[in-house]
Amino acid sequence: MHIPDGFLDPKTWGALTAASAGTTGYALYKVREKMDEKIIPMLGITAAFIFAAQMLNFPVAGGTSGHFLGAMLACVLLGAWPGFLVMVVVLVVQCLFFADGGLTALGANVFNMAVVAGLLSYFLMVLARKTLSRPLGDKSSLLVTTAFFSWLSVVLASAACSFELAISGTVPLSTVLPAMVGVHSVIGIGEAVITTVVVAVVLQARPDLVDAYRGAGVLPVPAGGEEAA
Amino acid sequence: MDGLRKKLFSRKSLGLWIFLGVALAVTVGLAVFVSPWASSSPDGLEKVAEEKGFSGAAEDAEPAWSGSPVPDYAVRGVENERVATGLSGLIGVAVTVAAAVGLGLLAFVLNRIHTRKKAGGETREQPIET
Repeated sequence: MHIPDGFLDPKTWGALTAASAGTTGYALYKVREKMDEKIIPMLGITAAFIFAAQMLNFPVAGGTSGHFLGAMLACVLLGAWPGFLVMVVVLVVQCLFFADGGLTALGANVFNMAVVAGLLSYFLMVLARKTLSRPLGDKSSLLVTTAFFSWLSVVLASAACSFELAISGTVPLSTVLPAMVGVHSVIGIGEAVITTVVVAVVLQARPDLVDAYRGAGVLPVPAGGEEAA
Repeated sequence: MDGLRKKLFSRKSLGLWIFLGVALAVTVGLAVFVSPWASSSPDGLEKVAEEKGFSGAAEDAEPAWSGSPVPDYAVRGVENERVATGLSGLIGVAVTVAAAVGLGLLAFVLNRIHTRKKAGGETREQPIET
């Protein structure tokens, strides 16, 4: 759902560019103590995997295709803020190198696919896991919540996209919202399957590389609350 | 960054390198050999734009940035479409790895400068290795 140039009016893309730039700056500040010999290469491989997987459009009903988004995968593997930054990297590369998503819409695309589908959805997932209070190290509950919230992440992002189009006066909300949420609730199933399979594989191979597993039940956002080690 | 380098190339990190190597092989495989066979149907947003009649808004708009070296995931000058797409995937993987690792190293270096300043003791300039 990369928004091209021309779909958003200047006030909308301007505000979203500011919001996304601010969030990116804050994320860089938040991750600084987390950078170690494990996570730096993981940033690279996660970004590359998401880029590659996003190229693989799969057909959904009615002559439409969908593709993997990856924001929840990035956050589950790396934690909220590093995951967010990985999505920013992917979206910036897609925009500047591959003309995928407009430059004026880059802030909006970061907002939808990294803030809403990443930070917000992952925050909701961590909140849910806290509420369910599953014991640390419960892999199956991690996979179940990963599946549901990665589905939700795509739906929420498509809803955010609809609101932006409506605020820009491009299309009425009552027209675009049901259509976008409808098709993306199908695409979200693909998202859930891919995210869950990849997380399951990494959990099997290297559970220490899954941030949501190591820090199970720990809110990702409180100031200084993250495990530095 | 010496500590980082030592840790990265220690015996203990061998498992990590194997994991990264396998993951990279899978990633390159998807980007180069699978992506040419991906569906070319419009995606969710494009389809909704067509059906609800606002796709023209993007077609009429001047692209704000036209310097993309590989527009639309096809390397220019390569006649075979599948090869052009596969090559663009390889370029994309290389660029994203470099950008993400670069960003991580930047945060690492900034943090080191920051903590050293906070410690206050060391005033002498140390070259920052990259």
